[in-house]
Amino acid sequence: MVYENPDGVRIGLEVHVQLNKLNTKLFCGCSTNYHDSEPNTHVCPVCLGLPGSLPVINEKAVEFAIKIGLALNCNIVEQTQFHRKNYYYPDLPKGFQTTQYDFPIAGEGKIVIEGEDGERVIRITRAHMEEDPGRLQHMGSIDKSKGTLINYNRSGMTLIEIVSEPDMRSPKEARRYLDKLRSILDYLDVFDGDLEGAMRVDANVSVYMGERVEVKNISSFKGAERALLYEIMRQKNHIRRGGEITLETRHFDEARGVTLSMRTKETENDYRYFPEPDLVPLRVADWVPEVLKTLPELPDAKRDRFIKEYGIIDMHARALTTEIKVANFYEEVASKVDPKAAAVWVADILKGELNYRDLNVDAFTVEDIVSVIELVTSNKITEQSGVEIIRAVLDNGGKPQDIVKEKGLLKVEDDIVAKAVEEAIAENPEAVADYRAGKEKSLNFIVGKVMQKTKGRADAREAREKLLAKLDE
Amino acid sequence: MITKEEVEHVGWLARIEIDAKQSDAYAVKLNSVLDYFGQLDEVDTENVPPTYHVADIVNVFRKDVVQESMPQEDVLANTENKQEGNFKAPRIM
Repeated sequence: MVYENPDGVRIGLEVHVQLNKLNTKLFCGCSTNYHDSEPNTHVCPVCLGLPGSLPVINEKAVEFAIKIGLALNCNIVEQTQFHRKNYYYPDLPKGFQTTQYDFPIAGEGKIVIEGEDGERVIRITRAHMEEDPGRLQHMGSIDKSKGTLINYNRSGMTLIEIVSEPDMRSPKEARRYLDKLRSILDYLDVFDGDLEGAMRVDANVSVYMGERVEVKNISSFKGAERALLYEIMRQKNHIRRGGEITLETRHFDEARGVTLSMRTKETENDYRYFPEPDLVPLRVADWVPEVLKTLPELPDAKRDRFIKEYGIIDMHARALTTEIKVANFYEEVASKVDPKAAAVWVADILKGELNYRDLNVDAFTVEDIVSVIELVTSNKITEQSGVEIIRAVLDNGGKPQDIVKEKGLLKVEDDIVAKAVEEAIAENPEAVADYRAGKEKSLNFIVGKVMQKTKGRADAREAREKLLAKLDE
Repeated sequence: MITKEEVEHVGWLARIEIDAKQSDAYAVKLNSVLDYFGQLDEVDTENVPPTYHVADIVNVFRKDVVQESMPQEDVLANTENKQEGNFKAPRIM
């Protein structure tokens, strides 16, 4: 099936990734560990833009940038440098942002996502380095605000801005792209995506191959999907009413789920980009071979290996390799029990129970899931009891072996099931007669009686088989 | 040619107030600067590689090692407009 894209939707994304796993900021030695700190306690003359201060580039930040570029299949540029992007806004006290302009450190890459109609290549335009601005907090609502509070702890943090081509055709594809990007970045161990502001998104959207609109201020992946759905609907309605879409920047209002026009007088020329005279150019293309050696196995490669090495199905391999933590967890489990059973239990069952409780895989131990799988595969408990144990561990703690005893989940012996089957037949002659007369439903009734007699500890499928065998004698 | 309007726009970008009389005068001055650059344009630079930096050096880095930041008190020492450790600015749209 080919996706028709009936509204000619084209979406390109600019994703700002904060490299918060670095120890220090991009141009100074201030600590990046400011998230729980008092305002303006992680700043120095450099990130405050005080006169006479001199920025010096964090070597590790450049290494991380190259690593990200390589993971996104980008070319690493021969020579690059930083520029000043001039604008007056108090989020940067210097009056300019130090960023990259005509020679981004990484150019022209691609990643593969699960598109509307199968695998889809999303082209990466570029990935460049820049500094994060400080944080502004409006006192009261934005229109009636009495003033703005400014905290420069974030100012000067390393950002990588990853710009895609407009290759996504729906909000769903945009979401898949963001998820894939997050997955790759997690694998690279260059940032902690759970920290506030670790990934921020701007989107370019157009319909019917028309003019694009930029949507800013999207703070979550869910928000991105909502903002895009709204903006596409708005553009379609506007055109239907005879309006015309013009190039503009809109602001996403998360609380109301709408995009609002932002009047800006600044255009690209107004930023008056020029080379940052306080920083010397970088020639780092020769770092590539060394950085390549530090590149881990990435999600797509890991997925392919899981399929080959463990003989599991594509769907499970995808589910298990999205998050590096889950992938590592699975490999440990698969080394101890049958890898196929492990895939079902980790990908289908455990992940579902974790998602339901908004927990990640750290909330469960390899040891416990191995116990559950062993109990089931050795036929000591039913699959349903296995699920029950996982839920009990997550909700109340405890060890699977103890929970089995507490809840009396051990499967009943074969002869007890056989006895229950005989009793059920003897006690329900009408149902037996109905079944023999061709009423299939009556069988379910008798199976129910068998389960009642064994207090649900018989395997329903086995009970059914035993019952059929007995009735057909 | 730089117009009066462009002078006013550049003034706005730099958040400098320029009145009508000043903008005329600035336009004349800025145009003479541009004329000077016009002279530079006459030099043939066809085979000269661009200069990105006056010093002929590349790759100056620092290690990713934390250095002490300033005390909050010092950070806010130059302003009277502060609140709960933040700088305080007028309302910004």
